Amino acid sequence: MSAPGEQKLGKKDFVSDQDVRWCPGCGDYAILSQVQKVLPDLGVARENFVFISGIGCSSRFPYYVNTYGFHSIHGRAPAIATGLKITRPELSVWVVTGDGDALSIGGNHLIHVLRRNLDLTILLFNNRIYGLTKGQYSPTSEPGKVTKSTPAGSLDHPFDPIALALGADASFVARSVDVETKHLQEVLRRAHQHRGGSFVEILQNCNVFNDGAFADVTEKTTKADSTLVLEHGKPLIFGKNRDRGIRLRDYQPEVVTLGDGISEADILVYDERNPALAYLIARLGPPRFPTPIGVFTAVERPCYEEGAAAQVAAAKAKTPPDLAALFDRGDTWTVS
Amino acid sequence: MPDGAATGGKRVESRDAVVIRFAGDSGDGMQVTGMQFTTESALAGNDLATLPDFPAEIRAPAGTLAGVSAFQLNFSSREVFTPGDDLDVLVAMNPAALRVNIDDLKPGGILIVDREGFNEQNLNKAEYEQNPLEDGTLARFQLFQADVTRLTTAALKDLNLSARAVFRCRNFFCLGMTSWLYHRPIAAAEAWIADRFRKTPEIVEANLRALRAGHAFAENSELFAVSYDIKPATIRPGRYRNITGNTATALGFIAAAQRAGRPLFLGSYPITPASDVLHELSGLKQFDVYTFQAEDEIAGIGAALGAAFGGSIAITTTSGPGMNLKAETVGLALAVELPLVITDIQRAGPSTGMPTKTEQADLMMAMYGRHGEAPVPILAAATPADCFHMAFEAVRIAVRYMTPVILLTDGYLANGAEPWLLPDSGALPEVPVRFRSDPSGFFPYLRDEETLSRPWVIPGTPGLEHRIGGLEKDYLTGNVSYAPTNHEQMIRVRARKIAGITREIPPTECFGPETGDLLLLGWGSTYGAIRQATAELGAAGHRVAHAHVRHMNPLPPDLGDVLRRYRTVLVPEMNLGQLVRLVRAEYLVDAIGFNKVQGRPFKVSELVTRSMRLLEGGR
Repeated sequence: MSAPGEQKLGKKDFVSDQDVRWCPGCGDYAILSQVQKVLPDLGVARENFVFISGIGCSSRFPYYVNTYGFHSIHGRAPAIATGLKITRPELSVWVVTGDGDALSIGGNHLIHVLRRNLDLTILLFNNRIYGLTKGQYSPTSEPGKVTKSTPAGSLDHPFDPIALALGADASFVARSVDVETKHLQEVLRRAHQHRGGSFVEILQNCNVFNDGAFADVTEKTTKADSTLVLEHGKPLIFGKNRDRGIRLRDYQPEVVTLGDGISEADILVYDERNPALAYLIARLGPPRFPTPIGVFTAVERPCYEEGAAAQVAAAKAKTPPDLAALFDRGDTWTVS
Repeated sequence: MPDGAATGGKRVESRDAVVIRFAGDSGDGMQVTGMQFTTESALAGNDLATLPDFPAEIRAPAGTLAGVSAFQLNFSSREVFTPGDDLDVLVAMNPAALRVNIDDLKPGGILIVDREGFNEQNLNKAEYEQNPLEDGTLARFQLFQADVTRLTTAALKDLNLSARAVFRCRNFFCLGMTSWLYHRPIAAAEAWIADRFRKTPEIVEANLRALRAGHAFAENSELFAVSYDIKPATIRPGRYRNITGNTATALGFIAAAQRAGRPLFLGSYPITPASDVLHELSGLKQFDVYTFQAEDEIAGIGAALGAAFGGSIAITTTSGPGMNLKAETVGLALAVELPLVITDIQRAGPSTGMPTKTEQADLMMAMYGRHGEAPVPILAAATPADCFHMAFEAVRIAVRYMTPVILLTDGYLANGAEPWLLPDSGALPEVPVRFRSDPSGFFPYLRDEETLSRPWVIPGTPGLEHRIGGLEKDYLTGNVSYAPTNHEQMIRVRARKIAGITREIPPTECFGPETGDLLLLGWGSTYGAIRQATAELGAAGHRVAHAHVRHMNPLPPDLGDVLRRYRTVLVPEMNLGQLVRLVRAEYLVDAIGFNKVQGRPFKVSELVTRSMRLLEGGR
């Protein structure tokens, strides 16, 4: 094993010696591969990466990355990551989770870790199904989903992970797709670079229990018309022929076709620093709209762990730590 | 002063020990009065123990039974083990305070009331049909009716304060009266008032006047014909501090982290009666203390486990309901074998139970409250000051054995206080922490031959990158393993590791004869009452001893031998019999349980009576 800085590490240095045990064809393989490709380029020594996960198919992830890793318990990875990051802010801490882990059993921890804005990178693999427990509906499953636990169809209204993260005031919110390798790599890089809590929803295919859940954005024939790629400062244009766009009229987004009196100037220009716009765009999706991917929001906000460190430093500057003085406080007296 | 001597023309009598309780509405300032009387008593050289008793509601309606707040102090010329059973003195500011507390006053005891508080409205709120001051029902006590409200108002009349502000000074009038009655110097209370209200000079003046007026009234009025002298106790020389169990717990954790040379991380969620530990630590960040108020109990312990992974001294604090929620993470901590201290400040359960009342019914949960074979070391503090030592010990064991440790205290210890002889900070033992950094021959679960603990390797260490988790793992490499024999090997080694902690446990101390007719075996906050009862039984010529367990799991290695040296073993507990079950199962000893679950500690008299039945051949 090489020490950091001695030589440039590559993808293979981030592959652990454990056999990967996801089902053949699982979207998780593609995500693992992109993460392993990106890690050597981030300027972080390998020993300073930590991957923390909960429970579920996605949460097996840390076993396969040759860094420090912690496969914890269902839904609690954000809490564990919080304690680690507060006390070891120099580490690059990643949370890997799924739609059940993050949005169902761990929903509370997710919203609170995002509002606190710890400098973590949270990857939520959303396959809209419970895979490890063999096929029950999840909090992102579409209403009416017929599964083993809902033979008559599910009754739940689903969460939209992006809207939820925005509602929790996350400072960086993005979406990518397991098979969109270049796009995913770029989103991962930006998520890591962002100072603060970075939330990335990765649309991921479960080919065993929910195959084709995102086929419209992954199939060659449909994806150009079904995907809206968000780019900061650029108009929201999409489609195979780049001739369709999102226009805002009476505060309502609508899909318009360029030409016929509608020009690029009429199309909404994306601004990732405008949370109000992110809320609006986050609600777009099939059947009326394409699925937006890319960076929804990227804003600066103080990080929790920096505030925690500052309070400790300020206390030390004000009062030197002295155990004897600590004991000798309050109601004291001397018996001679 | 000899007994019967006069002061200001009044008689002085001597007393060995006095138990006094200040009771009033929760807005009457009884906690402050009690604490100031405590400071005065400490400065007068008495040994003492205190216990506050406040209502569960933040502000119950004024004058109601639910709103009564009280503070009890036992001060003595001899060694004191408890805040006292029955009261020698009760100060009652209103009818509700009288009604809630009068049953605890000894016949012939001193009862001081604010006469004007006993108006029709307050009598109704306290559900009195007749005024007890007038109907003769208090004839068995020495009743002193002082016009506290009128006299306080008179003393403050030219200060132009609102009636409400004047009313709030009555507690210091009472402190002045009782200070004269028991020859307590009031200088410390005067200094406290001057400091506490320094931003509002008129309030300083008002409270000082009320205090001095109360003192002068008691001295000059014909109401009090006798005052009392309590000689200083023989106390080990040194510097003392009156300390509650929760403060002592917080200081014990800081001391241990400082001696380990590591930051202290507390992940916690507010809960009664544990929140004061969070409050205390959050104000002491100069000791490299990080406090994290989490979104829930689960995140509190989860964050602590993350901090432990990163190399901090990690703790979480809670009470019973929170323990239920933390159980899953305790299991994870013991599977990944990281050091973590979980403090359960027990309160009356089940469920929400009685949050402000004490109990010790979480021992079985601490022992067995996790799925799978999941042994965890358990420590229990015996007195408020002992919380310091047990918190320190909990950290030491957690780090040395790479394991979660449960520390049990309870509401009685948490809020009760006793004098604490300040330890020599330089003489505290070191808490050795060694992070492994050598990659050669490294395996995440390669164990120390003596302690069976695995190495503590923190992220950021080059060449030792590895993964841990809750899945069963290989005995050596820590990789996920479902191999049948490996699982049993791991179960057994985790159990052996915890059982091996017996090597750390000192011999069991017995107060009283080494063999005898009866051993009172206790744990936790029953210490003081059992100790006092044992002393009284011994003084009466009985062959009775007291042993107190502080290491609950594993139990002390000599405990079985100790139990067999006495004809009968009685285990008093504030539960339906938990330690008694453990010792019966462990040692096949026919120990007898003595159980009380009323949200209140044992009285010494209850223990003496129960013991006498056994000593007289009963069961």
